[in-house]
Amino acid sequence: MKLHEYQAKQVFADAGIPTPASQLAESVDEVLDAAEEIGYPVAVKAQVQVGGRGKAGGIKLAEDAEEAEEAAESILGMDLKGIHVDRVLVEEAVDFVNELYVGVTMDRGEGEPVAMVSTKGGVDIEEVAEEDPDAIVREHVDPAFGMQPYEARRAVFEAGVDREVAIDAASILQTLYQLWDDRDASEAEINPLMVTSDGEVVAADAVMNIDEDALFRQPELAEMEEESAGGDELEQKADEYGFDYVRLSGNVGIIGNGAGLVMTTLDLVDHYGGEPANFLDVGGGAKAERIANALDMVFSDDNVDSVVFNIFGGITRGDEVAKGINEALEQFDEIPKPVTVRLAGTNWEEGMEILNEDLVTVEQTLEDAVQRAVEHAEEVEA
Amino acid sequence: MSVLVDDDTRVIVQGITGGEGKFHAEQMIEYGTNVVGGAVPGRGGQEVAGVPVFDTVDEAARETDADASVIFVPPAFAGDAIMESLDSPLDLAVAITEGVPTQDMARVNKRLSEVDTKLIGPNCPGIITPGEAKLGILPGNIFSSGNVGLVSRSGTLTYQVVDNLTDRGLGQSTAIGIGGDPIIGTTFVDALEEFENDPDTHAIAMCGEIGGEDEEKAARYIAENMDTPVVGFIAGRTAPPGKRMGHAGAIVSGSGTGTAESKISALNDAGVEVGDTPEEVAEAIEDLL
Repeated sequence: MKLHEYQAKQVFADAGIPTPASQLAESVDEVLDAAEEIGYPVAVKAQVQVGGRGKAGGIKLAEDAEEAEEAAESILGMDLKGIHVDRVLVEEAVDFVNELYVGVTMDRGEGEPVAMVSTKGGVDIEEVAEEDPDAIVREHVDPAFGMQPYEARRAVFEAGVDREVAIDAASILQTLYQLWDDRDASEAEINPLMVTSDGEVVAADAVMNIDEDALFRQPELAEMEEESAGGDELEQKADEYGFDYVRLSGNVGIIGNGAGLVMTTLDLVDHYGGEPANFLDVGGGAKAERIANALDMVFSDDNVDSVVFNIFGGITRGDEVAKGINEALEQFDEIPKPVTVRLAGTNWEEGMEILNEDLVTVEQTLEDAVQRAVEHAEEVEA
Repeated sequence: MSVLVDDDTRVIVQGITGGEGKFHAEQMIEYGTNVVGGAVPGRGGQEVAGVPVFDTVDEAARETDADASVIFVPPAFAGDAIMESLDSPLDLAVAITEGVPTQDMARVNKRLSEVDTKLIGPNCPGIITPGEAKLGILPGNIFSSGNVGLVSRSGTLTYQVVDNLTDRGLGQSTAIGIGGDPIIGTTFVDALEEFENDPDTHAIAMCGEIGGEDEEKAARYIAENMDTPVVGFIAGRTAPPGKRMGHAGAIVSGSGTGTAESKISALNDAGVEVGDTPEEVAEAIEDLL
């Protein structure tokens, strides 16, 4: 789960990290009021979770009310890489001499947290990592001890941050690590961390992504998630049903159990010349109702022309799956999209007996089922 | 004859009084696994699935002379339960729980580096030596005894590949589900090392997926250290970057690391054939034997 910039900034500010004065605004009038209160110049920043907001026209500087009005009018309501902008952050423009980068993330390969510092802030840090990897200093942290002050200092000095601001920057890095740890973040970063002409260090942007598996113990952040909910309608519906679902652009709908097997089914659709419309994992031990909900989900995607249902039962039972498919399909006078079913594993024979074969196409193997579903999709398209 | 678990492995179940723990303890016993006890705080003295329950893992391990633990503890408490098993006289812990917070696993990982106990999982189906023992939730009836070692990040994909192998009459020495999380105990390299040292494993099927760099590390290990032939499979070729494909660990990062292409080419460079379909994996294994 990604926090919006304004949410992450609030979390950072509450922990004592210096941030510029800012206010959230939803209309041109609110932008002007906020700018007046903060004092010009201000930055008007779209609150959407896409990378490269600035380049895409989602961040504008305003020296006066006229420019602020122009900025607000152009950004509010704009479509930024497919996402509608309905909120902006109006922020004190910082007069900076340098832009740093500080971040904390989990190093998967080492299974250990890693803090990062660079004097090449203000640009896409992943580009820096590729083009000039030595410009980023990495400091691994023992998760049992937490980040020690000397480790933060070592990273900052090693990166070549000016001595005048290094101690402040190190202190911000250590606070950032503490937040990352306390708030179950997967990533926390400040890019840029601005050095002002009077030697202050200020977080001009804020990124914080939270481990969804830990939201149960982060109630405050879970509330922010509700506030920031948005995105694809079908993906929201999947959230309600509790499915792991990713929408893709093809026309073959895919339902299965277990992430690896569902991914494999997607890959096979592609392998046999079709295009997957989605990833949908019903999870382990799904009962009939859940199976029916999954079919409902995939049917409601207009792009879908054909559906493949692939279940290899471990804790999921074939008879429950068959019941769910029957229930979902028997309510239609005419089946809206052809469904191909392959059942294997626990209770698959019972499932095959229950399954109403007038309503679906049955195949014995994964490969055959996928090929049949791709053929169905091609027939519908033709 | 197998790796990590066999007929002699004495098993306790953490969380045996819960719905899943009890059900799968019974299933494991039915399969023939030597389940000797359970551990649930505050439930000591009870009997579940015909075995005694103890309050702590330490007590359960001492009283039953257990070698291994299977963990069915809800995500909020699973990190602590794993730590408890690592701090006891057990050789192996198998954590089935899905959804353990990553930061809890970072602390577990630190502890793991300090002890001799091995960990499989979390978020995994477990481990099975067909005809001898299963520790976890794998459906025993699809496995058959033989000489193919299997290691996989995904549960149901394991079943699919086993089905393809069994169809060709290729049984398995041991199958290990290592789990789909970003931080796990036993990695591909650890599992491959176990199989390499097992004289009865004649070929290995390795099923990876997008995310992380464990498959690339495995490729280097295979090239440098292994004689036993390996056939690979990588799920997620069609996954878009930045989207979590079910498993917390199955995500191609924005900077392009963890892609299927990178893993497939690393394996090919190490001389490992990578099947386009599970069926091709079984076919390639058959050709090798």
